[in-house]
Amino acid sequence: MRYIEPHGHMVSRTTDDYQAMVTAGCAAVCEPAFWAGFDRSSVDGFRDYFRQLTEYEPARAAKFLLPHFCWLCINPKEAEDLSLAADVLAMIPEFLEKPNVLGIGEIGLNRNTRNELKVLEQHVNLAVKHDQLILVHTPHLEDKLKGTRLIVDLLLSHKGVKPERVIIDHVEEHTINHVLDQGFWAGITLYPDSKSSPPRAVDMLETSANERIWLNSACDWGVSDPLAVPKTAFEMRRRGHTAEFVDQVLYKNPIRFLSQCPKFRLGEQSVG
Amino acid sequence: MPKTRTPRTPGRLPANIPTRAVVDHGFIPVRAKLIEVAAFLDRVERYGAAADFRCDALRKAAAVLVDGRPERARRILEKLSDPTTKADKISSGKAALGAWQKPSAK
Repeated sequence: MRYIEPHGHMVSRTTDDYQAMVTAGCAAVCEPAFWAGFDRSSVDGFRDYFRQLTEYEPARAAKFLLPHFCWLCINPKEAEDLSLAADVLAMIPEFLEKPNVLGIGEIGLNRNTRNELKVLEQHVNLAVKHDQLILVHTPHLEDKLKGTRLIVDLLLSHKGVKPERVIIDHVEEHTINHVLDQGFWAGITLYPDSKSSPPRAVDMLETSANERIWLNSACDWGVSDPLAVPKTAFEMRRRGHTAEFVDQVLYKNPIRFLSQCPKFRLGEQSVG
Repeated sequence: MPKTRTPRTPGRLPANIPTRAVVDHGFIPVRAKLIEVAAFLDRVERYGAAADFRCDALRKAAAVLVDGRPERARRILEKLSDPTTKADKISSGKAALGAWQKPSAK
């Protein structure tokens, strides 16, 4: 089996996880910028983090023959500080030409505030200006439905946004069709308690259009599972889905989206 | 939310649906989760916390399980969601709580 991990926060994982992922068939890992669990105090904290994502982490992954890509932004959890957000946004272009940068993400909303919405719009402007792919985080729990609607409305109202170049992540049963119906890609996150389980993810694959869906673990410093994607493949096979369908969802779908960025390459492996 | 731009295509069930196997594989884990829900509701009553808005939301959401209508997961998630539509002036904190409470009651 082969798969892509399109959303993993590897800076907070051990090298054992890289080894386990590669052993399970992982062909590439993509790492969106996210919240460190505490608010960074200055733009230099972000500069160091972006260096980690674009220099150190790809080298660590390469020791396990795993291509590593990343996305850059200031996470919505830190977007209440508009001054800091402006400084980070102004600094991001310094890193956009790095060979493993795929786009702007994971931007979005956390508690659906006006400031978060302002910073989201600024990120979208930046992505459009630099012709970058966009990865969007949707809020947690009771905030997800409202946040997803606010995000979709903002993206659709922006003339420069092409929905096929945007993935809206962490969808669940109550948001997946809001996203897919507007032409965006949807990410299903396999994360204990607060997002989806493997059985529910397969339910969504069975009941929604699955050509524009990817699965990811979003493994990070919380209770999470870097092998959640291959474990979901097992759930698919146990229900009688074909190996070809598993390959389409876990491997070909993410490649189809990510290949819109010319920097996304898997070396000798092919989509065929 | 604007009207649908992309025609909705159906999902995909396996060619040979393993009807019995779906129950065989899923029943015991889900049985355990249902009992956890029941035990949690008993526990919060025992501790005098049953009036917490989250417990109330859980009881109301649980009613969806036995109303005989489909799309139970979607409808439970919607019941637990913030129904308002405008961005909030200020953040009420970094973390969501899992169920929505009217601001005036906070």
